[in-house]
Amino acid sequence: MSNLNDTLEKRALLEAVNLALHRAMQEDENVVVLGEDVGVNGGVFRATLGLRDRFGFKRVIDTPLAETMIAGLAVGMAAQGLKPVMEIQFLGFIYAAMEHLVSHASRIRCRTRGRLSCPMVLRSPMGAGIRAPEHHSESTEALFAHIPGLRVVIPSSPARAYGLLLSAIDDPDPVIFLEPTRLYRMNPQPIIDDGRRLPLDTCFTLREGSDITLISWGASVHETLQAARMLEERGVSAEVIDVASIKPLDLDTLEASVRKTGRCVIVHEAPRSCGVGAEIAASLYERALLDLQAPIQRVTAPDIPPPLYRLEQLYIPSPEDVLAACELVLNYA
Amino acid sequence: MSNRIELPYTRFLDPEGRLVGELPAWGDDFNLLTDLYRRMVLTRLFDQKAVALQRTGRIGTYAPTLGQEAIGVAIGSLLRDDDVLVPYYRDTAVQLMRGVRMEEILLYWGGDERGSDFQDPRSKEDFPICVPIATQSLHACGVATAIKIRGQHRAVVTTCGDGATSKGDFLEALNVAGAWQLPVVFVVNNNQWAISVPRRIQSGAPTLAQKAIGAGFHGEQVDGNDVLAVYDRVQWALDRARHGKGPVLLECISYRLGDHTTADDATRYRDADEVKAAWQEEPIKRLQAFLAASEAWDEGREQALIADCQRQVQAAVDNFENAGTQPVEAVLDHVYARWPAALGDQREMLMERVARREEGRGHE
Repeated sequence: MSNLNDTLEKRALLEAVNLALHRAMQEDENVVVLGEDVGVNGGVFRATLGLRDRFGFKRVIDTPLAETMIAGLAVGMAAQGLKPVMEIQFLGFIYAAMEHLVSHASRIRCRTRGRLSCPMVLRSPMGAGIRAPEHHSESTEALFAHIPGLRVVIPSSPARAYGLLLSAIDDPDPVIFLEPTRLYRMNPQPIIDDGRRLPLDTCFTLREGSDITLISWGASVHETLQAARMLEERGVSAEVIDVASIKPLDLDTLEASVRKTGRCVIVHEAPRSCGVGAEIAASLYERALLDLQAPIQRVTAPDIPPPLYRLEQLYIPSPEDVLAACELVLNYA
Repeated sequence: MSNRIELPYTRFLDPEGRLVGELPAWGDDFNLLTDLYRRMVLTRLFDQKAVALQRTGRIGTYAPTLGQEAIGVAIGSLLRDDDVLVPYYRDTAVQLMRGVRMEEILLYWGGDERGSDFQDPRSKEDFPICVPIATQSLHACGVATAIKIRGQHRAVVTTCGDGATSKGDFLEALNVAGAWQLPVVFVVNNNQWAISVPRRIQSGAPTLAQKAIGAGFHGEQVDGNDVLAVYDRVQWALDRARHGKGPVLLECISYRLGDHTTADDATRYRDADEVKAAWQEEPIKRLQAFLAASEAWDEGREQALIADCQRQVQAAVDNFENAGTQPVEAVLDHVYARWPAALGDQREMLMERVARREEGRGHE
């Protein structure tokens, strides 16, 4: 039997996002894309390429250059039953939009007892590693994860970008959908454009293992998987879990894995202090302390702004950094 | 070089209620005029009651609307059922006109979100009042964008105070409204004070209305204490918006006769003589004098109206005080459309907290 995947075109994460946007706009006329440069230009990374030609200027809207306005506009549009999918060009530019995310998008349902709601998606590239200028390389997912009423989703592969973005657009509540720029054009894989959704609020186990649990999300999943392969060469069986939904966090899957392996390393690109890794570690201690054979280790960026690109690789945890943390956990007396 | 832009200013009635210009065609519709008057009086009596309820600890902080009744009543009587109101926190008058119930307004200020779950179908798409300054201007533009995308003949009114016009959100809203010719009417309630900061040091612009000019659309000034003037200009602006002719900014000049909120004491920063002078300009007395001179109003009707309003207000207060509190689960029910399974243990945490407190009370 021939493998269907062999005949499918391979697509990278960026193309998967584009495919999902086409699919969502085709399925539901209420889906509207807005942001700076998303129309004629197809987005600075080309995530919205072709949407304007296919769906017209009323649904693919180039906005004035104003992030506060984009977010505020989306709140009003969503309250009218549209499903705005807005693009903020880089996560480093999102702070101007924060008041609308924190005070309005995430709260309008609660404030009105469900009379109004905010079914919107905010898409933004995130993370370091593409030699971008200042303010283009941040990983601030923890800022959003702290806000009740928001969902925060970070895909780590083309297939998960496709399936999770479709679910994010379906979701009746606001979703922050962060796309790791470092993965945008890496590791293409065959994507079946069948509109199949992947569940939100759920972790994905990428690799089963029995000796140690490696937990990560976004671009860091890449280095984490490399570390798992290096461990395998040394005869260590690592389970790798892609958290994918940073908020709400599927702790049940993480707990079950840690109970099984007894050891855990959390890998993320965001700064360490008050990061999502701290939340996961604290929850696992609360839930599974006596099953742990060693203290949980975190492999993260230091608490510094991402350096300019000559030194940005220092900032991003490497497979060797992950391996070192694993050795610490595995050799714990 | 001058920063002065000549803009229209509309006033029909002077502070004594004398006609200073020719009234539009509807100006002899005394049913309309007495209705506007009745609504203003009802708003003022409700507002007084709300302040009294706060003073006696029965509701929380409240933002009085005293002196601004004309603006809200005029807007409210012109909005159609399918238009959308995106208000700020000093909009009791227009909310009442939209069918928001007095007990809902009291519930809101009394600390219960049911107050923003308006039951009247006229207000079902209206936004709740906005406490962060000027953010609502952008939400109004979002609503207007949805209307424009769908090719509907509806309009949006959004209100704010003079302080809000200093905020980026307001200016970004004007910018996009002008760029896209959105069906939105911005009503700036220039009541001269943003808490303790007076209008003169709020902005270097001689008028707030001219901020629309920079965004490429029409702005003008209106006597916000003359309900007929506000009615006339809002009617014109809404009509334009509904017909796809783009946004308008109306700067309604009024005065905040009360404190900023019940937590504020305006005597700390405001001259008593200024407030005394402002009382000579207030909107209710002005329309009353005009109606009385036209023999459309008299003392007997006034007494009957006040008695009727007081009955309505008291009935609302009774309903509010008998509303009870919601079940504790209500605080979880609307954070997400459905409580996420991944947050399940937090629901349990809260219910355990409730059980513990109930048990604690049992031991008292």
